[in-house]
Amino acid sequence: MWYFVLRRLLYAVPILLGVSLVVFLLMQMVPGDIIDIMIPPEAPKEVADMIRIQFGLDQPVHIQYLRWLKAILSGDLGISIFTNQPVADELFSALLNTLKIAIPAAILGFTMGVMLGSLAAFYGGSWLDKLFSGIAIAGVSLPHYWVGMVLVAIFAVSFNVLPGQGMGPDGFPWTWEHIKHLILPVITLSLIPMGVISRLVRANVLEIRSMEFVSALQAKGLKGPRVLLHIMKNAAPSALALMGLQFGYLLGGSILVETVFNWPGSGSLLNLAIFRRDIPVLSATILVLATIFVIINILVDVLQALIDPRIRR
Amino acid sequence: MSLTAATRDQPAAATGGAPLVRVEDLTVRFTSRDAVIDAVNGVSFTLDAGEVLCILGESGSGKSVTLRAMMRLLPPRRTKIGGKISVGGKDILGLDEGALGDLRGGEVAMIFQEPMTSFDPVFTIGTQIMETVKRHDGLSDADARKRALELLEMVQIPSPVRRLENYPHEMSGGMRQRAMIALALSCRPRLLLADEPTTALDATVQIQILQLLHRIQRELGMAVLFVTHDVGVAVEISDRIAVMYAGRFVETGPLRDIVHTPQHPYTQGLLASTVHGGMRGKRLEAIPGSPVNLAAMPPGCAFAPRCRYAEPACTAAPPAETWIEPTRMVRCIRAAPHT
Ligand SMILES: Nc1ncnc2c1ncn2[C@@H]1O[C@H](COP(=O)(O)OP(=O)(O)OP(=O)(O)O)[C@@H](O)[C@H]1O
Ligand code: SF4
Ligand SMILES: [Mg+2]
Repeated sequence: MWYFVLRRLLYAVPILLGVSLVVFLLMQMVPGDIIDIMIPPEAPKEVADMIRIQFGLDQPVHIQYLRWLKAILSGDLGISIFTNQPVADELFSALLNTLKIAIPAAILGFTMGVMLGSLAAFYGGSWLDKLFSGIAIAGVSLPHYWVGMVLVAIFAVSFNVLPGQGMGPDGFPWTWEHIKHLILPVITLSLIPMGVISRLVRANVLEIRSMEFVSALQAKGLKGPRVLLHIMKNAAPSALALMGLQFGYLLGGSILVETVFNWPGSGSLLNLAIFRRDIPVLSATILVLATIFVIINILVDVLQALIDPRIRR
Repeated sequence: MSLTAATRDQPAAATGGAPLVRVEDLTVRFTSRDAVIDAVNGVSFTLDAGEVLCILGESGSGKSVTLRAMMRLLPPRRTKIGGKISVGGKDILGLDEGALGDLRGGEVAMIFQEPMTSFDPVFTIGTQIMETVKRHDGLSDADARKRALELLEMVQIPSPVRRLENYPHEMSGGMRQRAMIALALSCRPRLLLADEPTTALDATVQIQILQLLHRIQRELGMAVLFVTHDVGVAVEISDRIAVMYAGRFVETGPLRDIVHTPQHPYTQGLLASTVHGGMRGKRLEAIPGSPVNLAAMPPGCAFAPRCRYAEPACTAAPPAETWIEPTRMVRCIRAAPHT
């Protein structure tokens, strides 16, 4: 098992290097010259050259990459060319804000997804199955920014019971006021994970239930809950893989949902960085999110291997 | 071995000397959206404690369905089971869910064809045996583990302590089937249902498993209902044979009689085909023609389309059970009842 964990960690190194290379190359390919964004066009050429030298932009590309990589590995994510603040600070606070809605949304979406999916499977073909499957399909196919706007229109505008904008007052500890601001964005964000997970769990449980070993469990006289435990443990690895993926997406922050709710998370940060052509923020954000993605995947792999020993090879 | 001593001994007096198992006119019908399948069409037999009855028949003849009906292990919503099944005096078809759960894995246990797919892949063998004895005998973890260990020893699995911690995929096919036997015997069943337990194994392993089963069956005095399509396997283990065709027993009798003087044309064909099948490289088609479509059972003898003795009377009504000797039944109009 430890060998398996170690190997997964080692695999992550080339993946992350590859990601950094792709991010770096993408940034190189951004049309236009960064310098033009940083200084007014009428500035003398000498100033531009000075900045170029200061940022190492006069060096060959591979040297630039290595420098950038070295800086990032030492924890220096650069300075935003728009706000002149360290990128790390902005990114950290944006990620934290996104976490505040991503974690509850994940918990809500995952539990609902597992429950709806397995109930639909156990009552396969009945009206309950049709209802739950319908909810799941609606969850994945309705555009969630649209659902967000509808929720805002209903609960914030028409009935004025929940806030539809922003995070409420600053800081912890969380009061009802904080929580009120979470409700609508969390529900909106949870729809997609709920839908896809419920679809997967339903298909999985249906398949597992038709397997011979379930007959064998019944032939042993095991009671319902114990048989359910067997079925769910078998369904868990693939559901976990999907949950990892979905949680990664949630952390990336949905640009559209964060825009609808005016939520200053990582999606908003990416959005702003794109509009401002803030290359350091953009590249650092993508790189950090990709790294988180890879880490979540390793965690999921390890969890899967703990549950299903056949994976530990 | 302690297990032998602990076997549920059922004095004949308790059941009034009646057979352990009595099945009367069992029928099983599957209803799906597009078809009605009559998988079992009137099966009757009795089985005494300590006796081995083999159900022999081609693929699709309804052997597994008959076996599963014995513990109602068929999808309840789509399946209609008719007739009567009684085991140890209990009316199986009338039991409620709770009593059925007590019976399954307790008095009646089952061994499946494919030991790989009949264990849960994500639990250890030990856990899967222990959960059964905990369910039925209410043992503590420690006692359940001890029992599981004894069981693995009984089925001669080497280094049993280590094997308890193994997952199914970490064992060989033969080893898994031994573990499956241990599991089935864990609560000292009085009736063991075995659905082609050696078919998925190599020939040499197959013989070892058969011998193991036979030895344990005699030690524990269990009744066994053993399903196979292999005459060789049936000869190895059974006391009596029931030949099944299209959901009916077409011939039943003691092993020796069936093998030496088969009466039903289907049994004759089946035995002849095994002899020819032994000839290397020249596998003759067993019996000309193909099995009956169970979704559209013919009114008369189901074997008529393939029978060389068929005559108009055969297709009028299904031939009745004819007892040609007190212990031998044949369903064929050519059979003459004993006097
Ligand atoms: N759950 C089910 N629903 C519908 N039809 C079924 C079901 N189980 C079995 N059948 C049908 O019942 C018939 C008898 O099947 P059964 O499994 O008893 O055959 P078998 O004699 O055991 O054959 P084999 O040697 O291939 O195992 C087959 O036609 C099969 O398709
Ligand atoms: S009843 Fe007729 S068709 Fe059927 S087995 Fe006997 S002779 Fe053949
Ligand atoms: Mg079968």
